[in-house]
Amino acid sequence: MKNSLLYRYASPQQFYPLAGTLIPWLSVLAVLLTAAGLYVGLVLAPTDWQQGDSYRIIYVHVPAAWMSMVIYLAMAFWAGLGLVMNTRLSSMMASALAPTGAMFTVLALWTGALWGKPTWGAWWVWDARLTSELILLFLYIGFMTLQSAITDARRADRAGAVLALVGVVNIPIIYFSVKWWNTLHQGASISLTAAPSMAHVMLAGMLLVTLGAWAYSFAAALARLRCIILEREKRSPWLKEAA
Amino acid sequence: MMRAFLGVIRRDLLLALRNRADVLASVFFFIIVAALAPLGLGPEPAMLRTIGPGMLWIAALLASMLALHRLFAQDHADGTLEQLLLSPEPATLLVAGKILAHWLTTGIPLVILSPLLALQFGLPAEQVTILLASLLLGTPILSLIGAIGAALTLGVRGGGVLIALLVLPLYVPILIFGAGATVAPDPQSHLFLLGGLLAAALALAPWATAAALRIASE
Repeated sequence: MKNSLLYRYASPQQFYPLAGTLIPWLSVLAVLLTAAGLYVGLVLAPTDWQQGDSYRIIYVHVPAAWMSMVIYLAMAFWAGLGLVMNTRLSSMMASALAPTGAMFTVLALWTGALWGKPTWGAWWVWDARLTSELILLFLYIGFMTLQSAITDARRADRAGAVLALVGVVNIPIIYFSVKWWNTLHQGASISLTAAPSMAHVMLAGMLLVTLGAWAYSFAAALARLRCIILEREKRSPWLKEAA
Repeated sequence: MMRAFLGVIRRDLLLALRNRADVLASVFFFIIVAALAPLGLGPEPAMLRTIGPGMLWIAALLASMLALHRLFAQDHADGTLEQLLLSPEPATLLVAGKILAHWLTTGIPLVILSPLLALQFGLPAEQVTILLASLLLGTPILSLIGAIGAALTLGVRGGGVLIALLVLPLYVPILIFGAGATVAPDPQSHLFLLGGLLAAALALAPWATAAALRIASE
């Protein structure tokens, strides 16, 4: 049995203190990055010539939407890893990620509605991107409901993994929906290969808040993971002695 | 292998024949839900013609979903499912057979009844043909994807609502393309997309269902 880091931190007992050390640093990082990003976005960035100041919700809406998709992919990855390799910490991580992902999805939908009303006159339209993001919320809720309905933890892990993997097909649909359909939602302004079609200051603010949201998600998921470890491993010797 | 596949289909069809009440119940559910639309929304003919295809699709979707519990629950309760999974034949094949039998007893009756119910909504003839085609392509997908949900929730408390919560988000694309085909100026694209979804579901759903069944039977 190799003692490499990969195998060592696959054990809940070893990962628990590591998570405990990471959480405060990640939380501080999250607060600093989000504050910096919001400062850049709300104070430094200029007013949009077309939408005025109401566009500034982009600094919450886009990071939330990105995180909602990324967290689902991470959740599906860890759940799939737990299904294939039979490692329970991976499945616990997937369960820990789900509520944070659902929260970001709700935030993205809500801020999107707040943006839509003054800009396009509608709180909600049934276009491809909004509909598929709503389906993403239902997928998160379905995942969490299924896991809470099954009492046996290992079966809940595996069933949730199958569900998460079946739903992962929705993420490319959300991402490419603005390209595949005529939608009210704006197309992609940022690409990995071309220069961004938005002002650099705005882009910087958005990226800073995104990094802050990422650090927050990581911290929140690790904190939740520690709780899940305490609940599920409570009969292990290392927890029994501590209790 | 073919014998096992056909054997599973034959067994499920025989069981459905002997328990005709279950099959007829979901058919009557379809009829009743389709009748609820004019009762709830008013009988104005122009409006009924507009909402008709969508309402029929929603009724077919709900009827399919409610029939899903029949797919594995009985076999799980009496131990047959475990024997099926223990057999040397690939579980994917046997599961595909069960889903096919389920579609023959649940989906096909809906497809056959839909022109009759389309009369209630006063839909024109070409729309009825497209509706038939979309249901013919769509109901097998509903059975295939629903089977995954049925397998995941085998023996779990929470009842039909849980399976609805899991399966309805996955049903949404089928509803969009199926109902959309009847009102679109170019129905061919929607029907082709449905065909693509059917091909993907045929290839992947039995495999995912078999995996979920193994998880549920441990």
